[in-house]
Amino acid sequence: MQLVLEKRAERSNTVALISPLIAIGLTIATMVILFAILGKNPLLALHAYFIAPLTDGYSLQEIAVKATPLVMIAIGLSLCYLANAWNIGAEGQFLIGAVAGSWIAVKTQGTDAGAWVLPAMLVLAAAAGALYALIPAICKVKFGASEILTSLMLVYVADLLLDYLVRGPWRDPHGFNFPTTAEFDPVATVPLLIEGGRLHLGAIISLLVVAAAAILLGRTIKGFEIRVVGAAPRAARFGGFNADQLVILTFAVSGALAGLAGIIEVAGPVGHLQPGISPGYGFTAIIVAFLGRLNPLGILIAGLFLALTFIGGEQAQIAMKIPLDVTKVFQGILLFYVLACDSLILYRFKLESSNRQVSRGAG
Amino acid sequence: MALVEAIILAVLAASTPLLIAATGELVTERSGVLNLGVEGMMIVGAACGFAGAWLTGSIFIGALFGIVAGMLMSLVFALMTLGLAVNQVATGLALTILGIGLSGLIGASFVGERITPAARLAIPGLTDIPLVGRVLFGEDGFVYFSIALLVGVWWFLYRTRAGLILRACGDNHVSAHALGYPVLRIRTFAVMFGGACAGLAGAYLPLAYTPFFIPGMTAGRGWIALALVVFSSWRPGRLVVGAYLFGAVTILQLHAQGWGVGIPSQFMSALPYLATIIVLVLISRARTGGSTAPAALGTVFVPDR
Repeated sequence: MQLVLEKRAERSNTVALISPLIAIGLTIATMVILFAILGKNPLLALHAYFIAPLTDGYSLQEIAVKATPLVMIAIGLSLCYLANAWNIGAEGQFLIGAVAGSWIAVKTQGTDAGAWVLPAMLVLAAAAGALYALIPAICKVKFGASEILTSLMLVYVADLLLDYLVRGPWRDPHGFNFPTTAEFDPVATVPLLIEGGRLHLGAIISLLVVAAAAILLGRTIKGFEIRVVGAAPRAARFGGFNADQLVILTFAVSGALAGLAGIIEVAGPVGHLQPGISPGYGFTAIIVAFLGRLNPLGILIAGLFLALTFIGGEQAQIAMKIPLDVTKVFQGILLFYVLACDSLILYRFKLESSNRQVSRGAG
Repeated sequence: MALVEAIILAVLAASTPLLIAATGELVTERSGVLNLGVEGMMIVGAACGFAGAWLTGSIFIGALFGIVAGMLMSLVFALMTLGLAVNQVATGLALTILGIGLSGLIGASFVGERITPAARLAIPGLTDIPLVGRVLFGEDGFVYFSIALLVGVWWFLYRTRAGLILRACGDNHVSAHALGYPVLRIRTFAVMFGGACAGLAGAYLPLAYTPFFIPGMTAGRGWIALALVVFSSWRPGRLVVGAYLFGAVTILQLHAQGWGVGIPSQFMSALPYLATIIVLVLISRARTGGSTAPAALGTVFVPDR
């Protein structure tokens, strides 16, 4: 028996819609097996992962809080991927944004700086993220260096820079030697939407980003250009679209969004700059982008789903002592199934006997 | 003299995992497949390698565990990209994300444990030669093996018929297929060879480099190995140069801290990553006349029937 791919005459739109659902189903089936191997009751584990977080207001807010950076970063990445530019370094752009924005917060600490502080932090973070993303973009366009590798290397560099700052010049003198800045002043903090809750202004910003991306891709020439350059580079050249320019543009936009997500996370839920501010948002956002079919609305849904797995993972750890790394395994497997199911959009799978004559005779 | 000797030994030790992983990826890419999952296969190799050595007390069995783990990971990649014609870039990333999770899961129970690392093999007579003896003949077995592996790959690619066919698949899969060569099967073997090498390279870290396992201990070495393949222009000879240069940068950074250079350690630690970017830019720029990459690299191939 042999698996054979047969190209479909045209891409199947039905499959395009249901394939993420098939992928999620297959992932959950695989997780059941993994839970069983770990010696945990699969049904209880699935409940802890996917149902329990949806049953109380606090966890629901927490899901939205986790989804905020994921959606924001993934929207930017989807623009890159649509234009066939492989930005893999969103994690680094997220960290640089957090660092750049925190600079203002740290410098104005304890002064009577006014309401301009937070907006200035957001703008500076977005600019820093964009500039940081431009390094691999320019290296690619000018010198032909693989943007995949250079953007990734910059993640480690950003991580080390943050580490240096919070252990050295920006360390909180009253922080008992912990590598962290002091808590940000109220003017340098993202306001909460619900008094005493967790949901903050960042959630609204990420919804605006989703809307803006939907308009860009659906209603503007630029969005059309991005999609053509990615899907049909030759046609795009004939159409006079400048692919290099789009690499620069999409990298800058996705870097800006990742940087913005970085400062919102630090000035919001975390409240100060420290190492480990990201549980891998920049990488998980890659999964969000693909699971959401590189479509803004899809990314919003996928971001909420992946956020659910983060929160569910924490609950499963507390309730059932399931290691947190299971969440990463879950996310990795999910991306595999998403990609495999996407193959169904372009191809039909057939099982064929290695001896084709026999299979034809039998069929 | 003792210092120079120590530095050379340290450079060789730091270069070896890069060299092994990059050699495997070179073969994979020569067959036309871009597997970006090296980091993921390495990190799973590190966890499984340590687990194997800790459970059995044998470095050799630990290394075998690492190799098998890397091969299993690469098999998943082959199934996806060759069997289901999925985009290689995205699948490679998925492999790395999955690998980081799996490695944490497998390695969790071994954090804090220690093993006796691979001994340096002394060759009676040769090792005692003054000046060069310890450097040339006093390494652990992995170092010798990495050199033998590279020479073997060079011989295979350029001196055997099978190597020629493998390179043909990487340069023009349609022609290779038309000539009757099983492109997908050859690529599967190449991918699995790359996986075995990445797994071994990962296992080297807890088995010989440091005697313990910590999550994330590959620290981007898999990605640097990928960059080294570009640096080498897909030629085994230049791969050695690149790997040892990078090993030297890594060690320079460690020793600079020891010498009390007044630069914060984080800046020194960033050196290998910055060096990778600079090297990629310089190499890619020097090659404006035409790429030396295998022509079919990273492209999907579905045989026509």
